[in-house]
Amino acid sequence: MDHLPTLVAEARDAIHAADSLAALDDLRVRYLGKKGEITTLLKGLGKLSAEERPAAGERINEAKQALSQELDARRQALEKAALEARLAAERLDVTLPGRGQPSGGLHPVTLTLERIEGLFTRIGYDVAVGPEIEDDYHNFEALNIPAHHPARGMADTFYFDATRLLRTHTSPVQVRTMKEAVPPIRIVCPGRVYRSDSDLTHTPMFHQVEGLLVDEDVSFADLKGTIQDFLHAFFERDDLAVRFRPSYFPFTEPSAEVDIQCVMCSGEGCRVCSHSGWLEVMGCGMVHPEVFRHSGIDAERYTGFAFGMGAERLAMLRYGVNDLRLFFDNDLRFLRQFA
Amino acid sequence: MKFSEQWLRDWVSPALSTQALADQITMAGLEVDAVEPVAATFSEVVVAEVIGKAPHPDADKLNVCRVDDGSGEIVQVVCGAPNVAAGQKVPFARVGAVLPGDFTIKQARLRGVESRGMICSASELGLEEEASAGILVLPASAPVGEGVRTFMGLDDHTIEVDLTPNRGDCLSVKGLAREVGVLNRLAVEGPDLAPVSPAHEEAFPVRVEDAERCPRYIGRLIKGIDVTAETPLWMVERLRRSGIRAIDPVVDVTNYVMLELGQPLHAFDRANLHGSVVVRLAREGEQLVLLDGQEITLDAATLVIADERAPLAIAGVMGGEHSGVSPDTRDVFLESAFFSPLAVAAQARAYGLHTDASHRFERGVDPCLAREAAERATALLLAITGGAPGPLVEVASEPHLPDGRRTSLRASRLEQALGKSLPHEEVTEILERLGLVVEDSGQVWTVQVPSWRFDITIEEDLIEEVARIHGYNRLPVRRPLVRLALRSAHEAHTPLARLRRQMVARGYQEAVTYSFVAPELQQVLHPEAVSPTLANPISSDLSVMRASLFPGLVRALQHNLNRQQSRVRLFETGLTFRGDLDNLHQTPMLGALVCGPREPEGWAGGREPVDFFDLKGDLESLLALGEPQAWRFEPGKHPALHPGQCARILHHGEEAGWIGTLHPAVRATLGLKVDALLFEVRLDALTQGRVPAFTPLSRHPEVRRDLAFLVDEELPVQSLLDTIRAEAGEWLVESHLFDVYQGKGVPDGLKSVALGLTWQHPSRTLNDEEINQLVDVIVAESRQHLGAELRA
Repeated sequence: MDHLPTLVAEARDAIHAADSLAALDDLRVRYLGKKGEITTLLKGLGKLSAEERPAAGERINEAKQALSQELDARRQALEKAALEARLAAERLDVTLPGRGQPSGGLHPVTLTLERIEGLFTRIGYDVAVGPEIEDDYHNFEALNIPAHHPARGMADTFYFDATRLLRTHTSPVQVRTMKEAVPPIRIVCPGRVYRSDSDLTHTPMFHQVEGLLVDEDVSFADLKGTIQDFLHAFFERDDLAVRFRPSYFPFTEPSAEVDIQCVMCSGEGCRVCSHSGWLEVMGCGMVHPEVFRHSGIDAERYTGFAFGMGAERLAMLRYGVNDLRLFFDNDLRFLRQFA
Repeated sequence: MKFSEQWLRDWVSPALSTQALADQITMAGLEVDAVEPVAATFSEVVVAEVIGKAPHPDADKLNVCRVDDGSGEIVQVVCGAPNVAAGQKVPFARVGAVLPGDFTIKQARLRGVESRGMICSASELGLEEEASAGILVLPASAPVGEGVRTFMGLDDHTIEVDLTPNRGDCLSVKGLAREVGVLNRLAVEGPDLAPVSPAHEEAFPVRVEDAERCPRYIGRLIKGIDVTAETPLWMVERLRRSGIRAIDPVVDVTNYVMLELGQPLHAFDRANLHGSVVVRLAREGEQLVLLDGQEITLDAATLVIADERAPLAIAGVMGGEHSGVSPDTRDVFLESAFFSPLAVAAQARAYGLHTDASHRFERGVDPCLAREAAERATALLLAITGGAPGPLVEVASEPHLPDGRRTSLRASRLEQALGKSLPHEEVTEILERLGLVVEDSGQVWTVQVPSWRFDITIEEDLIEEVARIHGYNRLPVRRPLVRLALRSAHEAHTPLARLRRQMVARGYQEAVTYSFVAPELQQVLHPEAVSPTLANPISSDLSVMRASLFPGLVRALQHNLNRQQSRVRLFETGLTFRGDLDNLHQTPMLGALVCGPREPEGWAGGREPVDFFDLKGDLESLLALGEPQAWRFEPGKHPALHPGQCARILHHGEEAGWIGTLHPAVRATLGLKVDALLFEVRLDALTQGRVPAFTPLSRHPEVRRDLAFLVDEELPVQSLLDTIRAEAGEWLVESHLFDVYQGKGVPDGLKSVALGLTWQHPSRTLNDEEINQLVDVIVAESRQHLGAELRA
């Protein structure tokens, strides 16, 4: 009994010196286990007199509690150190790049076509497509361009034989749609078109989007509104100046070319706009009655407008691409810029 | 069409600057392509007279000239031009003059002789691009001392208009002036076109055998002209400013009148005309040497101008060499005719000829212009070459001439079309200013169309004219009114955009390649394919329509490999073309190509090359968007693909595409040093999807059994999977392959295939016994049909 203070002091030292959870466990067994030294003292209380017993019991219990607390504190300290050591060992260089397949990207022409389609389909236009090897009838005749018409010279056509050709515009899709559908008709027709022309500013294949709206009481004013809204939305500039210039397409009348204020120089004049401040971006007009006649639509009851634009041209202006031919080289260093 | 601004202003001169005039013309639908000064900038160049010329004492090719420049002092100049002569009027740059290119004239000594100024050539004044052969000689009437810019009217611009094919009426100064007059409400006045009085009575006979193609033919014999006379400078200059070189007075006058009035003219040497002029169809096989030296064989659909012996010219297109005017010509027969636009268009196209004349006739020359033009040309020619004009000979067929078209415009239709009601008087005025004869009922304008406007036939043409003159940009802007109507949308359809994005998510860049490819490349990849060939390709390597997306993708691969891009992942969507023209399939496909390491070079691996199963995994991720169960892969043979690494892709049992490694032999032929893998699948099959259908979740436990089979190494694992799935009963919820192994522990010629099978019943717990029974059946069937043995 008299050696209790010494025992406690020894135990304390041992607990403080313990450097592992296993060593700490051994100490708990040695002092507080079933056969531990403190436990043994408690068991020996029965040998003491009834007067001595309460005070001795209290002292031993205090010592037991104190050692128990010491053990817990030491355990927590050791656990914390172990966790910290583990965390330190597991540290990663989080600045290293991630693993796996990086994303690819869409072609800028697709981005542009999808953007145009999206603007129109959101207000109720459908997307229509058609064949690229067309016949003379759908590409020319039905669009009011009979044989020997000088307008045939406006687009250099790729032919397969006397009547089969690569479509020079997406307008044949208009004809095919109007033959099937009943007004109101609202479509946009994106796709590849072909002209036998190849130089700095022409490729033998490019992409167009054609639009068509046919309904009762459609006017030139509706066409102007639609085109103006579209150009403002496409370039995300509500203050973009848009002008309509009289022009000629055999399948529309009145016909217009549409110019926008140059998006490169804001109309100040630069190389891109040939110092005119204006850029020609699309053609449009009211559907020619002859086209309605070929499509079986009553031109007295219905009127409509059509418009067409080159996707590469718009992509070049939107993304600042300065060489048309890059679109078809498929150089990865070019394509990755649009991912 | 190029023309001189001054020439136009002789006819009509609005108070507008050059640029404002060009803008106005553009905004009226006659697009101005370019406005250029007619001469470069220079100053202090005056008209001077060469008083005397003496050889330079120390240089063979130089002359020492004395020049009167009107300053009151005779100036000495050394001149190297071979054509300088005493008595000439010349452009003279005084000391201090600045010539084009900022070249200042200084007092100088040339081989010891003092020279104070320079006698100039046309190119030195920026009037010609090519270096001139000698100095420019001015007319004798040029006033000494006057500035050359003033004298030659060089403060002028060439305006180039890109005319649309409907506006043939503007292919002349007269036509453009008419348009400018309308736009500015100004009267238009041309030169005096009074008829020339005949000086002799010889009327050369003309016979028109095809009045439909040639409704009007006018001719005139002019005798005794001097073709060696000089075309006056003013005419040479106007021609030059319109992009036409002066040649001789006869050609110059016909060109001049064509530019001025829009009527193409032709002159024949009378000495080479035999009997009479006959306008007829050619006889099959007749020969003609054209003015450009080309010898052609005519066909029977060609309208020619002939004499009694032979064809002399293709009507409305080009004259013949033999009957043309030469310096020896004394008498000319002048032709001024109206040929039908369709006839000229057809024959210009048939012979591949495009001339100033055919360009105008195709678009429509005013049928009432021929006489006026003949008179104008005669008057101009006589003034230059002298000569005696005969009477005009005219053969015309009224029924074949375009009749005075009448059409009408309803006020209600005009308002509907433009979305605006224009003042009635304004509409009437616009129509009248355009030269239409208008009857106005208050509701309807009925008009007679002028002979020069071939493009006005229907009401819409009039609407366009009114809108154009009123100004498109003054018309209202509104938005179409639409009834909101919902439309059905197919949920069981995977949009193309979704498929594209899936490819992008798998690391592919989208390519867009030409739809026509090199036949040699297509032959290597698809020797069996038939696809249409272009009759007029832009080049031979873009001449055959692609039978698949492979040729384009392979070319794109080569392009990138040649630019140090060793890791290539590309896909493309678009039509492929198979069959001949009468049995043609234009099929939308999605194709992809991969090459190089699995992942970009990095610290974390992925450096091994992509293989078949990488690509197949990418494709399966697309299939998973639609109906994964509808697809099968079976070993196949494709000429472009490795026979042991090639699968035919089936969709609902039908061929829908191919996947595989590029055939090593093909690879060698193409000169590729690395492996590439490709697939191509029909888009219509890929876009077929499904509407999700819910199956209740079972609350009962799953049972899993793993089975390993030994099978012949040649056996496609697909057969084993098929057999197992067929026998595993309706409660099999999942089966997957977790190991395929050959090597130690597996006999030669066999492979071990390990599968995990999972069953689950929707409403009760499955017991071991029933699962064991199923496994027994699976094992027995696999043994019987596939020779598969369960591995111990």
